[in-house]
Amino acid sequence: MNFDFSNEQKMLKDQARKFLQDQCSSTVVRQVLEGEMEYASHVWQEMAQMGWQGTCIPEAYGGAGLGYLELCVLAEEVGRSLAPIPFSSSVYLAAEALLSAGSEAQKSHWLPKLSSGEAIGVLALAEGAGAPVESHLQCQFSGGQLTGKKMPVLDGPLADVAIVVAKDGETGGVSLVLVDVADSSVQTEPLTTVDPTRPQAIMTFNNTPAECLGAPGKGWGLLTQLFNKAAVLLAFEQIGGADAALQMARDYALGRYAFGRQIGSFQAIKHKLADCYIKNELARSNTYFGAWALSTNARELPLAAATARVSATQAFEFAAKENIQTHGGMGYTWEFDCHLYYRRAKLLALSLGSALTWKNRLVDQLEQPSAA
Amino acid sequence: MDFNDTPQEAEFRAEVKAWLKANVPDQNQEVASAYSSRQNQAEALAKAKQWQAKKAAAGYAAITWPTELGGLGGTPMQNVIYADEESKYVVPRGFFDIGLGMCIPTLIKHGTDAHRQRYVKPALYGEEVWCQLFSEPVAGSDLAGIRTRAEKDGDDWILNGQKIWTSGAHHADYGIIVTRSDPAVPKHQGLTFFFLDMKSPGVEVKPIKQISGGRNFNEVFFTDVRVPDSQRLGGVGEGWKVSLTTLMNERLSAGRTLDADMVEFIAMIKTFTMEDGSPAIKNADVRGKLADWYAQGQGLKYTRFRTMTALSKGQTPGPEASIGKCVSASRSQDYAAFAMELMEMGGVVTDPDHSPQQGFFPESWILSPAMRIAGGTDEILRNIIAERVLGLPGDVRVDKDMPFNELPTGA
Repeated sequence: MNFDFSNEQKMLKDQARKFLQDQCSSTVVRQVLEGEMEYASHVWQEMAQMGWQGTCIPEAYGGAGLGYLELCVLAEEVGRSLAPIPFSSSVYLAAEALLSAGSEAQKSHWLPKLSSGEAIGVLALAEGAGAPVESHLQCQFSGGQLTGKKMPVLDGPLADVAIVVAKDGETGGVSLVLVDVADSSVQTEPLTTVDPTRPQAIMTFNNTPAECLGAPGKGWGLLTQLFNKAAVLLAFEQIGGADAALQMARDYALGRYAFGRQIGSFQAIKHKLADCYIKNELARSNTYFGAWALSTNARELPLAAATARVSATQAFEFAAKENIQTHGGMGYTWEFDCHLYYRRAKLLALSLGSALTWKNRLVDQLEQPSAA
Repeated sequence: MDFNDTPQEAEFRAEVKAWLKANVPDQNQEVASAYSSRQNQAEALAKAKQWQAKKAAAGYAAITWPTELGGLGGTPMQNVIYADEESKYVVPRGFFDIGLGMCIPTLIKHGTDAHRQRYVKPALYGEEVWCQLFSEPVAGSDLAGIRTRAEKDGDDWILNGQKIWTSGAHHADYGIIVTRSDPAVPKHQGLTFFFLDMKSPGVEVKPIKQISGGRNFNEVFFTDVRVPDSQRLGGVGEGWKVSLTTLMNERLSAGRTLDADMVEFIAMIKTFTMEDGSPAIKNADVRGKLADWYAQGQGLKYTRFRTMTALSKGQTPGPEASIGKCVSASRSQDYAAFAMELMEMGGVVTDPDHSPQQGFFPESWILSPAMRIAGGTDEILRNIIAERVLGLPGDVRVDKDMPFNELPTGA
């Protein structure tokens, strides 16, 4: 039994934590929140120099050629620091989509750029409120051209390349479509959202030149596989954030006095924070199993990913809201960082699909005769 | 990251598997009947004693104890491996856990060579059963508030008072007991610890009928019970310190994985329909709850794997090992209740011949409140996590420095 990360992976994690503490404190997160910059580009560039964006990209395409376990430990630290960078969009989604479905030409063109951080990739799926349904997508790809509107697109304002999920005019199915956002026919309009530390956009395509990523009409299946992998990585961001929110609540409960004693000595606070800890540990354990399934490409991946996703979403949302509650009125001020966790927890809970959606996927898997 | 045994662990596991295969009696026994609270206790104890003797002779009754005490001199990881493999069989469980997990380790630590010589082996082989006499009607979570008096009389002590919730006292041969020897000093300072023969004159055991109808624990009354001073464990007034070593010996829970119960639950749900004729498994409420319980169950399972990993590397497990009971007790209560809801009007039936899964869910529902209380209530366990893991301050203790006999009692 060795259900743990290796010493080298733990060292990488420590380095990442230290780097983000130094370079990506909440002051930096707030600069993006206040609109002083679109994202933390200096953090992004320094990360690229350390090779983070290319962690799982083979050396032939300019990456580090490491494994998913290394990417998992980095994801946890990105989540802990609330880094305002397009890491999940560019690394877990765009680069992974190219790696699993891209042609040699597509990979050679885009992967070195994504790996070096020079280009930022995004995934465009949603078309407004409500769960995206395979048969209801309006965005249309036909004759090498893409037309339609996607909203919201996470990190859309930063995108150089977009992978768009669209109805395929020729096969009648759904395809993943690769778009160079620099094309003049692409319109990117910024959106206001609950978490301004990660920019979002409405992206409009109007006869935009595009090419299929992977087999035409097979996009929905590719998307499902992509989401299973990304869910594990995002769950690591979530447990990192959940840990940080609990830590913040605990520190405040030790420093704040009421009725002549530390508020952390009241059971109402102690039990709340113990519940946070319990949820965080359950989520951590499920997320580790997800990491195992991801790194070994195990047949359990769909169930492991859904399980990790559900419990990590619950843990981070709970920790973020109870962190505000522990702070009382101060927790509701702009000045305190509590809302940064509250915002990010909700953003991460909804990108890739809500807990409701993932619970359904989890039970779909349990219904399979070979499950559990 | 892998789930494989080390070569040494694999070798030990193979030995254990082979031994269990050759030695477990009644290998086809049904789980439901073996765990039922309806089985005859005397018969169950007799079977448990036979099984314990076999285990002890093979060294598996106390894997981590040194060989000179009858153990195997093994590692905590070997203990987990044994428990893992044993959990795949239906074998008698529960009669010796308190004795070997708490009483005898306390005796080993605080007793004399003569005590170890006399008591350890018979306990290990299941020949003598031990119980732990700690809680009292006025002292449960606040254990140091116990009132059973011990007064010195020559070379003996005279005990008077009452203990409660004493599991297995009705078939115990010996017990460990914490008493109040000095009520005039603050509560933690006036305690003294003994062990005693449960057949001593003046000891009266009255089983408590539980809400399940079972009688697994007892009230124990002490009327002028004489205990020789030679059976004192630790110094006079040092009973609290000794009690803490008992409580720290609660063994790492390495029991059955939670996969099995989930599989049964899903199998049952698949047989039900909602009022509109649609399958219950397609109902959104059902799916949401199923997903939550599955995620919790898997979280516990893989938390245990993290603990095992630490043990396998020879490290002390992290604090995450402490969350198990906090989660599993209310989880079983909730999902047993929900399973009954799915059975609709039929959910009340406990008759095994007329209830799905031989009445497993109603039985689990009536047993589950005990799980949330025994061995540390949900609330006390959360205090422990908050204080020991998160470093939050302990409760304000208004009684800490006051003489015990001046404390308000509400009586």
